[in-house]
Amino acid sequence: MVYSIFISENCKKSNLYGSNNILKDEYILRIENVTKDFPGIRALSNVSFKIKKGDIHGLCGENGAGKSTLVKILAGVYPHNTYEGKIYFNDEEIKFTRFSVRQAIEKGIAIVYQELALIPEMTVGENIFLGREPEHKGTISWDRLFSDAKEILKKYKLNIPFAAKVSALSVGKQQMVEIAKALSQEVKVLILDEPTSALTDAEIKSLMEILKYLKHNGVTCIYISHKLEEFFRITDNITVLRDGLVVNTVKTADTTEEKVIAMMVGREMKERFPVRNRKIGEKILEVKELSTQDILSQGKIAIKNITFDLKKGEVLGIAGLMGSGRSELVTTIFGEYGKHVTGEIFLEGRPIKISSAREAVNYGIGLVPEDRKKMGLVLMQAIYKNISLPNIRKFSNALSIDKHKELNECRKYADSLNIKTPSLFAITESLSGGNQQKVVIAKWLMSTPKILILDDPTRGIDVGTKYEIYKLINQLAEDGIAIIMISSELEEILGMSDRILVMHEGKCTGILEQKEATQEKVMALATGTKNYSEV
Amino acid sequence: MKTLDFTRKIKIDIKTYTLIIALLFIWLLFGYLTGGIFFSSRNLSNLLRQMTIMSFLSIGMTLVIITGNIDLSVGSLTGFIGIIAAYLQAVMLPEILQGLFPNLSTGGLGILSTIITIIICLLVALLAGICQGYIIAYLKVPAFIATLGGMLIFRGAILGVSGGRTIVPVENSLRWVAQGYLPKNLGILVAAIAIIVIFLMSLRSRSKKKQYGFEIKPFTYDFLVASAYSVLVLGFVLIINNYRGIPNPVIIMVVIAILVTYLANNTKFGRYVYALGGNIEATKFSGINVQFVIFKVFILIGLLSGVAGIVLTGYVAAGTIGGGMNYELTAIAGCVIGGTSLMGGKGTILGALIGTLIMASLENGMSIMNMSVFWQYIVKGLVLILAVYVDVTSKKSSS
Ligand SMILES: Nc1ncnc2c1ncn2[C@@H]1O[C@H](COP(=O)(O)OP(=O)(O)OP(=O)(O)O)[C@@H](O)[C@H]1O
Ligand SMILES: [Mg+2]
Repeated sequence: MVYSIFISENCKKSNLYGSNNILKDEYILRIENVTKDFPGIRALSNVSFKIKKGDIHGLCGENGAGKSTLVKILAGVYPHNTYEGKIYFNDEEIKFTRFSVRQAIEKGIAIVYQELALIPEMTVGENIFLGREPEHKGTISWDRLFSDAKEILKKYKLNIPFAAKVSALSVGKQQMVEIAKALSQEVKVLILDEPTSALTDAEIKSLMEILKYLKHNGVTCIYISHKLEEFFRITDNITVLRDGLVVNTVKTADTTEEKVIAMMVGREMKERFPVRNRKIGEKILEVKELSTQDILSQGKIAIKNITFDLKKGEVLGIAGLMGSGRSELVTTIFGEYGKHVTGEIFLEGRPIKISSAREAVNYGIGLVPEDRKKMGLVLMQAIYKNISLPNIRKFSNALSIDKHKELNECRKYADSLNIKTPSLFAITESLSGGNQQKVVIAKWLMSTPKILILDDPTRGIDVGTKYEIYKLINQLAEDGIAIIMISSELEEILGMSDRILVMHEGKCTGILEQKEATQEKVMALATGTKNYSEV
Repeated sequence: MKTLDFTRKIKIDIKTYTLIIALLFIWLLFGYLTGGIFFSSRNLSNLLRQMTIMSFLSIGMTLVIITGNIDLSVGSLTGFIGIIAAYLQAVMLPEILQGLFPNLSTGGLGILSTIITIIICLLVALLAGICQGYIIAYLKVPAFIATLGGMLIFRGAILGVSGGRTIVPVENSLRWVAQGYLPKNLGILVAAIAIIVIFLMSLRSRSKKKQYGFEIKPFTYDFLVASAYSVLVLGFVLIINNYRGIPNPVIIMVVIAILVTYLANNTKFGRYVYALGGNIEATKFSGINVQFVIFKVFILIGLLSGVAGIVLTGYVAAGTIGGGMNYELTAIAGCVIGGTSLMGGKGTILGALIGTLIMASLENGMSIMNMSVFWQYIVKGLVLILAVYVDVTSKKSSS
């Protein structure tokens, strides 16, 4: 309604001045009353808003608000007859049907999905041109493919070898390959669904540069993120979604982070980090001179001589850039990183050797892994089965599983984490990205570990839920569980940890007490620019 | 929330129903084409017995495929166990047993021989399963290759044991295992017990649901469902009793199917099988010993191949060198028709049984019609492809 008034007003105005063209071209995309249902859930209801040509248009909302669903409709993943409503692209209604994704690409709508969709065993170049390989008389012309790939990577200043296998790249680099892939086509509208959730600060910076460059060249961009400050760095307008409804579309210049958060969660949030009643107990874990070889490239060291300890009820943050060995460190402790491990681990004073996840779990260690799709979830299974996977022993004897008890327990954790789903029987894959992450956390919470390792637990999670997760972490710590938390967000590390272990290139460059830690100090240690003593 | 659990339930049911509808369609077609012979009690009884040997294999194969593996050796292993059974009964055991128990009657000796044969055969099958399972799970040789090797090895062993000849005779008691029937009164008793169990289980599930505060369906609904199952069981026994009674191997099949279904749905082991088939990495990171689970799955299919081999020899009353030939393919086809995904993570025992029954029905119906063998192969091949096509498209449209 509001919009139709707006349009008619504009019409009047433009008629006055007698120039219809300007209006016609102003909006590249108009979304009108789009409604999309999934079995048991309405992902979008009556969504209407417009996107100006050449704008960077931010899209934000809580997990499961419908952001990904909306952009998937724009990109033709859900064809025309699977949703209601109208979408106009340059004032022409678009109805993608069969081969819908291809049709969208031909129109110039390119999308980088939230979940990476590259083929790991292929090279960067092959991935960029997948489906559009340059051919010469029916055979692929590899030289052209690779020189084109090199060209594109260079154009956007991406420091990625074009002939490297994708599986050998860090998640952040893979994300950049996805973006390069989208940009290798004739794009008019570029859609980025949480592109920065796996990027390092430096990578985010270069992404922002790319976006500015694209904007300069007239490309429109739809930008989804849970890191709100990014919206204020680059977007022109922000549309906020909540529970499938448009809350509002606002000019970025006219709003603030607090206001956006309030629109997202429907209430005001006073603090980002809940306070904890610190009750730090005795030492539970001690790691001495832990080193591991890299499993991907031989002879390289993944982590070197890491020494630290962890106390009951303590939250130990691990900071460091992507690729600094943070994940390798925790996977090594968990017993699942390669075979060449040296050093000692003591649990409650006793030396232990962990050579598999099973042993780690038996010792009472849980790990929420970095890559939830690969290591965290059985996506094709029901949500409750994922939550109970490490915990079935609790509900079963040798002969049977008590399914009712199991469901009951799973429900408790699903509710406390606010997992948004019509039913615990739903397939985990059908959840929004953030809700999938909550499932991984739920499964380890249920295992009531002595030590819980969280590898970037709030990646892709909205502000409201982040707060809930922080509260849970605090609760666990108060209950005497020792927590190791890796995070890419400095604020989170500073806000949550009792101590911060900073890593740089596989080595521990310092362990800071909460009181002495500042953003600058952590960054200095993480980038290896200064030694701890010099800070 | 309520409506959702309900639609989910119906959706799953629709999937099994399509299979059952396909089966009924095939049956009606053959009933029509054979002028009703297909539906005679005698033929239905035969049909069920014919599917049993294959069903042991497809039950085991379902679990193997769910873990994302495959077992190509089951056919040869069935044949190998079959030939060992025949060899024990015809060549080895008579002499030994005669020497040990000179004053036992011929009948007594026969029964003793059969018991010993069954035990030895199952042990050999177990051993075969352990070996293959170890090679696949711990030595990490891909299952396709390891069992392809196994297939050749067991085929060779068949020739070695038999010397290239058919081995006869086997004891009557072994033939009874595969060819005999449950006395009719006992059949009724079994049906009665089954019906009681159905109702008890339904009640138990209601009280459990209540205990944990889940909403329960109206009593009449559960009662009607249980009654429907009971009618099916009773009707089945009455029809089959019309001929000679329930064939013994059908009893074995039902017992094994129930056990393995229970294993798959209600135990940790089953849960892990599905989980690791869906994502082995995530399952490992959940602290589960995935290698041991795979190992056990192959032991299970080895054992089931043993059962198939014993029943096979009892059924043909001889050990033949071609025994079990190509059974692995039919078993895989049965699983796949029954909705088991070759990608792993999905599949049910019930589906595999219905799939196997569909394959057996095709074979049985076409034989009654005296269709030439070459057509039989072609039709079976086409049905397999069609079934998977329907499965794939239905999945696409539902997502
Ligand atoms: N294929 C699907 N089948 C069933 N439900 C789905 C499917 N895809 C999404 N949904 C549901 O639709 C809703 C919106 O999901 P969507 O992925 O658009 O959320 P989102 O805003 O992108 O969240 P996030 O920030 O967590 O990525 C969610 O409740 C989700 O569970
Ligand atoms: Mg999303």
